[in-house]
Amino acid sequence: MWEQIRSNQIRSVVLTIGMGVLLILIGYFLGLYFFDNATAGLVIAILVWVVLSLIAYFQGDSILLSMSRAKKISRDDHPRLYNVVEEMKIASGLEKMPDIYIIDDPALNAFATGRDPNRASVAITSGLLQKLSRDELQGVIGHEISHIKNRDVLLMAMCGVLLGTIVILAWYGSRFLIFGGAGSRRSSSSGGGGGAGLIILIVGLVFMILAPIFAQFIYFAISRKREYLADASSALYTRYPEGLASALEKLGASTGQLKSANKATAPMYIVNPFRRKGMKASDLTGTHPPISERIRILRAMAGASFNNYDQVYRQVHGGKGVIPAASLTAETVPIATVKLEGEAGELDEMQRARETSDVMWRLSKYNTITCDCGAKLRVPPNFKEPQIKCPHCGRTHQV
Amino acid sequence: MIAVYVIIGIVVVLAIVLWLLYNGLVRLRNQVKNAWAQIDVQLKRRYDLIPNLVETVKGYMKHERETLEAVTKARNIAQQASSAGAGERAKAEGELSSALSRLLAVVERYPDLKANQNFLALQEELTSTENKISFSRQFYNDSVLRYNNQTQMVPSNIVASMFRFKAGEFFEVTLAAEREAPKVSFTK
Repeated sequence: MWEQIRSNQIRSVVLTIGMGVLLILIGYFLGLYFFDNATAGLVIAILVWVVLSLIAYFQGDSILLSMSRAKKISRDDHPRLYNVVEEMKIASGLEKMPDIYIIDDPALNAFATGRDPNRASVAITSGLLQKLSRDELQGVIGHEISHIKNRDVLLMAMCGVLLGTIVILAWYGSRFLIFGGAGSRRSSSSGGGGGAGLIILIVGLVFMILAPIFAQFIYFAISRKREYLADASSALYTRYPEGLASALEKLGASTGQLKSANKATAPMYIVNPFRRKGMKASDLTGTHPPISERIRILRAMAGASFNNYDQVYRQVHGGKGVIPAASLTAETVPIATVKLEGEAGELDEMQRARETSDVMWRLSKYNTITCDCGAKLRVPPNFKEPQIKCPHCGRTHQV
Repeated sequence: MIAVYVIIGIVVVLAIVLWLLYNGLVRLRNQVKNAWAQIDVQLKRRYDLIPNLVETVKGYMKHERETLEAVTKARNIAQQASSAGAGERAKAEGELSSALSRLLAVVERYPDLKANQNFLALQEELTSTENKISFSRQFYNDSVLRYNNQTQMVPSNIVASMFRFKAGEFFEVTLAAEREAPKVSFTK
């Protein structure tokens, strides 16, 4: 049941091939127009795609992390977060501990990245970190870890590159076609069939406009499938679907948009970073399934197994399930009803907010001094004086 | 002549199938071993945490000597049982878990203790270690299930009996606390 990845990837691979066909067609049309030679266009399209793929494969995770200004943390910076990630690493049977990053942003979101399970990272915004209880955090991290475990991260990165290539080529292609590019072609092959050329021109132009839209639909379809699977895996790992469900509820209630996200990286996040209130339930253009539906499925699960998830999914959607048949096993996996943790030592939201802000200051190399009067002094890294005076009560402290 | 080729072909195919099945079983068996080692790491971590916890808590909990002693005793018994088989060990660890949860339940009565930074850090470690134990147990049992299924199902059961792959033992824990789990009921 841990090997569901391969069989499930068949559907995703078919969709990916569909995107590949679009890319090839674009290359073909481009070649036909600008070089009178389809092969040249194909070569250019594939060259652009290969270069972008290589960049995404080797540098994608560091680009994504630095773009979102994520800061890497160690165990001592935030023991609870580190522990929760380690718990989920153990539950999923992942071999290597992923790196953990915090993004200093009040928006609520999280994502996983890294090309293979041995070189993976999870990132979470400071806003989400302070909003979630331990169980909810576990659900969210379980979701992210299963993206790593199921190798969704690489799949989505590669599909993203394919989409990007199609968008770039179609954009430049259609602009050249409209403004001048086509004119030069007409003069170079003057005397050729004017009428047929015009038809090809129009067909090509329409195709250039439609291809990126189709590619985007395919990309989003793949993304939505992977989200369902990651939710199911998270429930299975934690044995507690309610954790993720109530985390999603908090995520859904906020519509703060993540500053550092963009359209291409949207599928990487746990919920769509550009969500708005009242988004349509079955939105074809959504990178993610609607949050309300994800919550409904999680809450209706009778047990924590893939089987249970698939059953509810089929009730909600009708027709085929979302989990591949090969990984559906008959065994029952009970939901953990008693959580021994939590009640005794759980921090409330205010305490978590303080804790998170302490971590963020420390990561920016600020020194925190707690004065006896209760005030917290944040000493910037370029502060050179040996002593500092508390502005609240006037006590002096050694730096 | 063709018959010879066909026979050679069949033999080669059979050899490849055998090889794949055998490797698959070995991979699963190794996964079970690794998963067992994971549980071990976490249980040892818990042995190390308990003396620290008892030391921190002792000053605050004057009236809970019995609870504290029960924890220490359960820890020592569990540590001694760590060389025993999965079944016996699981029982000792179950006892320890329930002794610990009794202690953490009592903590509620001591607000001073709940404000102690040192204790809070320890409690987080302990909570997390408990989780890690149950998650590694969960993964171990899943691995054993997969391995056992593979040794019993056609055709890999033939390979399993040829090379004597023994069935794995599950790590079952019946915690006292889990048995007596409080039932939350919403009366209408």
